[in-house]
Amino acid sequence: MSDTAAGLLQLLVLLVLLAAAWRPLGDWMARVFTDERHWRVERAVYRVGRVDPDSDQRAVTYTLAILAFSLVGVLVTYLVQRVQGLLPFAKDAVEPSVAFNTAISFVTNTNWQSYIPETTMSHASNALALAVQNFLSAAVGMAVAVALVRGFTRSRSGRVGNAWVDLTRAVVRILLPLATVLAVVLIASGVVMSVRANVPLVAADGSTHPAAIAPVASQEAIKELGTNGGGILNANSAHPFENPNGWTNLLQILALLLIPVSLTRTFGRMVGSMRQGYSLLAVMATLWGAMLAVVWTAEAHGPGATGGAMEGKEVRFGIPSSVLFANSTTGTSTGAVNSMHDSYTAFGGGGVLLNMLFGEVSPGGVGTGLYSILVIAIIAVFLAGLMVGRTPELLGTSLGRREVTCAAIVVLTMPALVLLGTGAAIVLPGTGDAMTNSGPHGLSEVLYAFGSAANNNGSAFAGLTVTSPFFQIALGAAMLFGRFLPIIAVLALAGLLSAQPRRDESAGTLRTGTPLFAGLVTATVVLVSAITFLPALALSPIAEGLAAVPIGALP
Amino acid sequence: MNHVSTIDSSTGRTSVWRGLARQLGPALRLVLVATLVLGVLYPGVVWGVSRLPGLVDRAEGSVLDGPVASSSLIGIDPVPADPAADPWFHLRPSASAPDSATADLGPADPSTSGGSNLATTAEDLVTAVAERRAVVAGREGVAPAEVPDDAVTASASGLDPDISPEYAALQVPRVARVTGLPESEVRALVAEATSGRALGVLGEPTVNTSELNAGLVATRPGLR
Repeated sequence: MSDTAAGLLQLLVLLVLLAAAWRPLGDWMARVFTDERHWRVERAVYRVGRVDPDSDQRAVTYTLAILAFSLVGVLVTYLVQRVQGLLPFAKDAVEPSVAFNTAISFVTNTNWQSYIPETTMSHASNALALAVQNFLSAAVGMAVAVALVRGFTRSRSGRVGNAWVDLTRAVVRILLPLATVLAVVLIASGVVMSVRANVPLVAADGSTHPAAIAPVASQEAIKELGTNGGGILNANSAHPFENPNGWTNLLQILALLLIPVSLTRTFGRMVGSMRQGYSLLAVMATLWGAMLAVVWTAEAHGPGATGGAMEGKEVRFGIPSSVLFANSTTGTSTGAVNSMHDSYTAFGGGGVLLNMLFGEVSPGGVGTGLYSILVIAIIAVFLAGLMVGRTPELLGTSLGRREVTCAAIVVLTMPALVLLGTGAAIVLPGTGDAMTNSGPHGLSEVLYAFGSAANNNGSAFAGLTVTSPFFQIALGAAMLFGRFLPIIAVLALAGLLSAQPRRDESAGTLRTGTPLFAGLVTATVVLVSAITFLPALALSPIAEGLAAVPIGALP
Repeated sequence: MNHVSTIDSSTGRTSVWRGLARQLGPALRLVLVATLVLGVLYPGVVWGVSRLPGLVDRAEGSVLDGPVASSSLIGIDPVPADPAADPWFHLRPSASAPDSATADLGPADPSTSGGSNLATTAEDLVTAVAERRAVVAGREGVAPAEVPDDAVTASASGLDPDISPEYAALQVPRVARVTGLPESEVRALVAEATSGRALGVLGEPTVNTSELNAGLVATRPGLR
């Protein structure tokens, strides 16, 4: 069988598995977030936390709870890294700037790593701080998404649910059971789970080499399911201990797409119209499929005469399984990698970069994908309303000045952070030295770094050295604002929508949940990112790609 | 929507901070509960399961039994005692090969991992690929154009244990000549170390060099 045929069949297997999980998982998540009753174990959690699980919070309270939860998360994650020398499996304390950047990175679901995990992070820091935030940051994303959906379902309320209940249920009923099952399946498939510091390996020539090893499987499972992406080993999912074969590779791709994709079903179920869920799913699938085609084509055609198509790729994955992973990890804000994106061709690397610059909606991170696409839908309705002179309404809510302002804040935050950050980095002396590659590809490295940070993705064109104070602070700020400004605006939006009286559809209402509307939302995603990023992309991947074309080949 | 206007009013600002402070207690208590359950209990249970017979060898790194205790998952290029009589199947270049290695053709350092991160258009990569192609072609006695792509490119992990069936086939004649084994026997060893795609369609066909070189040592114990 040819590479391409096998790759297409593998794609089919992935889609069938996703389709099979979509309905039961989506319905289950809808039940989780609408269930009137608490589980006994959850009641115990609420008692320890001293929170009232039956209070329905206003949007402001909900927002403050999410912010407080994340703030405490940053402090605890920072602290654990600083005292890891005193904990079991001790290593030297992580230095302050790295610990600060890492704490923000894992609490914001980014998992950007400005350190070498094998040498820097102890098993205790990984388990107690980083893996815990892998669960909690994913739960925060789901909670915010669900609160926004409640905004659409409630009338004259202003209340959006209970943050503590949503966070607890997301972990107890969804993330923890899925992660436990996946971790065991991964171990059975060859992923390591060892508490040793290293395993001495003897090469065929008789020489001995200590290989870094870690309790990988438990963290690997939630790393993918929570669209986090932070590797416990430096090469991430390219490391054979993290991702040993084609089967674990497919499982990991499935795991990182699973929840973001199924949340469209949850949305349809909660608003009482499956068509709305299908419509969002169609937008996500179209963008994901189109970008996969771009990246796959670019990589399959390779860099031409130099013959470097396999640079930064593993033999067991080849090109099809590498691009499938790369497209899914950048489309979901995961940022795990099974191949080095920096060594992709100009257009292949540009493709995965664009996947992030779409604003992480193809299909986006756990929860973040759903709320981001809903915000884009609001912008789309507003634009369509302007064009045809209809009242901008979505699912019985009318979109006035304040609602659209919130949506605009969400949409504009990321491009502002990416472009200002990249611009500042480029004019500063020293950035050139931080790049592994020069010319347009060097600019791609910087643009990718800020695109990854502001979108809370976490993957990198890893040739860029980001340990300077400027990059640690600027990227830390991009992660922080890229995460929480949109969250605040989304929850404010949820409150505004929830407070509105529900309107009946009239002849003047733009019909959502239709193929036409899905097309409109897709076009909005593409247009908004094209308007903001085309100039920057023209100077980086596009310039690099065109420069690689021999002059004689041009018409 | 009165909650929105309270933020905007001057008295509302302090109440936002007070509201945030009110949430810090529950937040801290719940993060601590989560640290216990998700940071200790969860990995503890998964680790416990990994101790089961049948799982524990995999959990500890799939180390091979026998004289060559290498891992079938981790590739470390063997160095021949005499480069003129090189009996080993060689791996891909590694970004963690020692500085003394020619164009990264040498044993990886498995205490770390990672790729070169060089762009396909980078001068350094173009030079390295050409250099590797010449070295491999010279070693195997073939034309540079016959050297497959995976032989001249560094992997993403630096620890790729696998080579393509094409690269393994390229090395068979030399290994047979140096070890004195019939080519058919060497090809049989390669076939034993070859895996197809998982479930027929997942990933790519591979030849595992850890198993292959261990197989060579088992057949010809005098090699080391």
